[in-house]
Amino acid sequence: MDLNFLDFEQPIAELEAKIEELRYVGNDSDVNIGEEITRLKSKSQSLTESIFSKLDSWQTAQLARHPQRPYTLDYIERIVTDFEELHGDRAYADDAAIVGGVGRIDGRPVMVIGQQKGRDTKEKVERNFGMPRPEGYRKALRLMEMAERFKLPVITFIDTPGAYPGVGAEERGQSEAIARNLFVLSKLKTPVICTVIGEGGSGGALAIGVGDRVMMLQYSTYSVISPEGCASILWKSAERAADAAEALGITSGRLKELGLIDRIIPEPLGGAHRDLDEIARNVKGAIIENLNHLDTLPLDQLLEERYQRLMSFGNFEE
Amino acid sequence: MSWLQKFLPSQIRTEGGSKKNVPEGLWAKCQGCGSVLYKAELERNQDVCPKCSHHMRIGGRKRLEHFLDPEPRVEIGESLSPVDRLKFKDSKRYKDRIVQSQKNTGEKDALIAMMGQVKGLPLVACAFEFRFMGGSMGSVVGEKFVRAVDYAIEHELPLICFSASGGARMQEALFSLMQMSKTSAALARMSEKGLPFISVLTDPTMGGVSASLAMLGDINIGEPNALIGFAGPRVIEQTVRETLPEGFQRSEFLLEKGAIDMIVDRREMRNKVASVLGILMGRASID
Repeated sequence: MDLNFLDFEQPIAELEAKIEELRYVGNDSDVNIGEEITRLKSKSQSLTESIFSKLDSWQTAQLARHPQRPYTLDYIERIVTDFEELHGDRAYADDAAIVGGVGRIDGRPVMVIGQQKGRDTKEKVERNFGMPRPEGYRKALRLMEMAERFKLPVITFIDTPGAYPGVGAEERGQSEAIARNLFVLSKLKTPVICTVIGEGGSGGALAIGVGDRVMMLQYSTYSVISPEGCASILWKSAERAADAAEALGITSGRLKELGLIDRIIPEPLGGAHRDLDEIARNVKGAIIENLNHLDTLPLDQLLEERYQRLMSFGNFEE
Repeated sequence: MSWLQKFLPSQIRTEGGSKKNVPEGLWAKCQGCGSVLYKAELERNQDVCPKCSHHMRIGGRKRLEHFLDPEPRVEIGESLSPVDRLKFKDSKRYKDRIVQSQKNTGEKDALIAMMGQVKGLPLVACAFEFRFMGGSMGSVVGEKFVRAVDYAIEHELPLICFSASGGARMQEALFSLMQMSKTSAALARMSEKGLPFISVLTDPTMGGVSASLAMLGDINIGEPNALIGFAGPRVIEQTVRETLPEGFQRSEFLLEKGAIDMIVDRREMRNKVASVLGILMGRASID
């Protein structure tokens, strides 16, 4: 499997290449090199452990954007049964950068909404690199309101560089579309569970990220602005993205420490893309656990706790 | 010395400098039509050019000064001040930026909130101070806005907010982003109580402020020619790689696209707001 190694994973890549080579040689010679392969494999494992135990913010950002990182539909495929995708905002278009629909998790009916990036070039363009336009957010809004009517919990998967900054998006009210979702989600009469699975890009992420529980995958990121954007404004150079990433504190660990998210979902060694089934199991487990708890709350209490959670964010003195 | 300069009283005469220089303090140049305006007159005119009606940016406190009746006024959340929890440092420390902005503006942060009256109609009014780090929304702005909403709910008053902001405050990172949901949630609660919120979008209202509280008015009002949008024009130009059409993201453009209800001249704001709110609050006509 071509794992598409990132820069900081190069030492692992070299080891893996060596293992591949040995295997190839081993196939057409009598020399027993199985032992050597086992030795190298365990070396690769411990090297990966050591590199991944001290990832910095910028490296984490690269993992969150990894070309093989599982996207929303990968999770839906593994977690949701009877999934029916629902399309369109009923006013303008169907935005492929956001997918949504009804289905079941462990037999339980739910509404699922998430940003979706594309895998190959054609799909990337179709899905606008996971950057929704207003019609995407309005489709999400329609599905949230439908979920409220039919008492379906809303499960969201966040993975976007941000809301699309384009001419048409502005003309059709990108700001209003995002603002409306924040407004409606804050008082939606059904449990809402949000999980950042890749990039949590600013307002574009938050527009489906207001809920009773907000979780993050271990190597996902969540930020008010992209590290590059922040660097080019505050450091006047996009090359300082690593510094910006550090200063912004975009990682799950830091955000958990700051009390801004509720839970970190652990990823397989080397990142979610190394083992899709394992990460899907972890995500599913976390969702079900939260759902079971939220189910026990009377609606009034659910909404009051959600409100107080939102009100608690901020630092000031007086 | 030209005949004109001889004609001017000495304290407003420029000595030696280029003719374009406007003496500090007494005169201002309109960015709209280039007219040189007597500052006192400009201030009386609420920083709107008397010649071309260009709306200049105006400080938050000054705006409320013009907008509200002189009495009564109760400031809300005035003691709230920012803290640098993240120890954020770019080319400058956030801490130093705060101190600098506080010195320059005389405000603790970028939002001012007051209970007051407009033509006898009681309401809560907020105004952004754009000179405080670009009117950016961090924890203090979010918290103060929520307190203004809470005050309005408690006293059953309408709320009006004049926004002027570049968006979320980067130096407070994700805490700033969370102010978007915090302020929107407060407005949702207010809306359920049947109390109106009027959002006045002034130059400029962008990013996280426009994508939260500023676009959630029961009535959205733009000031003439204000820049209003989600993404900044430069970011859009870099993304789509074309020059943007004239007037893009200006109030008039937003009115045409259906994002705001009306454009109101600053000098007419009191009359217009008092009239509309009177109707929404079911009060007898004032005039």
